[in-house]
Amino acid sequence: MPPTLSSRDRAMLDGEHGPAVKMAMSILVRMAEVAGASELLDITGAHIDSTVYIGDAGLEFAERLASLGAKVVVPTTLNVSGLDEHNWREWAVPPDWAYKAHRQMAAYQSMGTIPTWTCAPYQTEMRPSFGQQIAWGESNAIVFANSVIGARTERYPDLFDICCAITGRAPATGLHLTENRGGQLLLRLVDVPLALQESDEFYPVLGHFVGKTARDRIPVIDRLTAKPTEDQLKAFGAASASSGAVALFHLVGVTPEAPTLEAAFQGNAPTETIEVKMDALRQARKELTHADHEQLDMVVLGSPHFSLAEFKRLAPLVAGKRAHPKVKFLVTSSRAMTLLAKQAGLLEPLQAFGCQLTVDTCILTTPMLPPEIKFLMTNSAKFAYYTPGLLNRQITFGSLADCVRSAIEGRILRDETLWA
Amino acid sequence: MGKIIHGKVVINGQAQGAALVSSEPLSFWGGYDWKTGEIIDRRHPLSGSIAAGRILVVPFTRGSSTTTAVLLEAIRAGTAPAAILTTEADFFFALASVVADELYAKPLPLVALAAADFASLRTGDQVTIADDGLVTVYQ
Repeated sequence: MPPTLSSRDRAMLDGEHGPAVKMAMSILVRMAEVAGASELLDITGAHIDSTVYIGDAGLEFAERLASLGAKVVVPTTLNVSGLDEHNWREWAVPPDWAYKAHRQMAAYQSMGTIPTWTCAPYQTEMRPSFGQQIAWGESNAIVFANSVIGARTERYPDLFDICCAITGRAPATGLHLTENRGGQLLLRLVDVPLALQESDEFYPVLGHFVGKTARDRIPVIDRLTAKPTEDQLKAFGAASASSGAVALFHLVGVTPEAPTLEAAFQGNAPTETIEVKMDALRQARKELTHADHEQLDMVVLGSPHFSLAEFKRLAPLVAGKRAHPKVKFLVTSSRAMTLLAKQAGLLEPLQAFGCQLTVDTCILTTPMLPPEIKFLMTNSAKFAYYTPGLLNRQITFGSLADCVRSAIEGRILRDETLWA
Repeated sequence: MGKIIHGKVVINGQAQGAALVSSEPLSFWGGYDWKTGEIIDRRHPLSGSIAAGRILVVPFTRGSSTTTAVLLEAIRAGTAPAAILTTEADFFFALASVVADELYAKPLPLVALAAADFASLRTGDQVTIADDGLVTVYQ
């Protein structure tokens, strides 16, 4: 059944608001029917993942909309692009890629968007508010907005986010509606030591486990005794949205729609209950490493993009030390966050250590790594998950402290104490 | 004669080919090389298989929002599966098909199957998809 359209929706579809709005609304209406929505609803913000350059088709889509005069009608942030606009020449990015990725950046910027170029828009001034209806792309941003903030977006793909931003509308279905936001799967932590729960390394590992276990269900995690920080929740969400299709999770006593277990399930019973013990977590941690020896060429941090708080954690770890001359050490972040870190004096110790910075993009979305870089290490489950397939390179997962220590020693070292 | 399955049409169209089946969901970003049609998620059971021109059978997409953009590139480049069968109407696959129709008049046929029908399919089955969501399987 096609959705019921308002008279304004109908006018947009009929071309009365111009050809770009007509194209966006035509896609929106067809997809609303696929999603089973009976109508559309207003959104008041958007985040565009379509900025990621993949190839000619995505570029043709962007330039078609731009040439038709597309303009966004709600405040709209932009995700990472395929290029660090001003520093790409320092890396192995082919000029033809740079030319096309830059055209894609220009096309989306011409639509009246805010050029944030970050996959962590929730850590900018454009952070949405509780209950706000938004249309976001980028799997880690979607899960953070829904779960940690309590804003409301479906799990939107590239190319659809911009159609919502141009029309100000989205299908009234899925996670936009209260009744679809209740938990489905209960995951109960059993005998997980507090010291592990308080470590940064715990959250990407738990997220990886939760994503592959929940698949497309809404997981509720109970019996967490630590109080996670925002960046730990960010790492958890990004991991769960890589190994699974998680767009919303509830952490009982932590996230806003889960003050109690009952509230997290909206009074319903879980469809399944699973106990999460150390054995499963050790296995999940093992799966995040896709390497067979301790050689190290590069440490990569910043997926999702590094926050100011993460710069603050890294700076004292590297202060007064130097990375091994054979090991590159890269942090990816947004321009805005990097500027804040610079003003706070946090970049000097990083640069003295031998750390390089890349903004606007990351190792997964721009072909920046030279061929001699073969063995990577990261504290990010998302980097760990996608590197073997996207970059055809080996990667080891470890804590932030492990990454720093390994970079200094020039070989992979991991502290196993918390996992014993 | 083949076995006949009645699926739910997500995007209408005709296709035929050999099935490539997994019960594991798949992200196309980091999981599908649109230049070759190879499945490259090294943690996925279909890793290394060429899906171009085949009937890809996976329950739904996981992971990245960029799955749609990767499938769109594959459709444009001629390296996409001939059709995709899922368990639910998958929004990410459907959008790539709708945009491919909008830009290139090349929609990719998509059909959602009941769980038992989905589970009956095996890699190598010859599959024909007709306009109305009628799927014929030769095992």
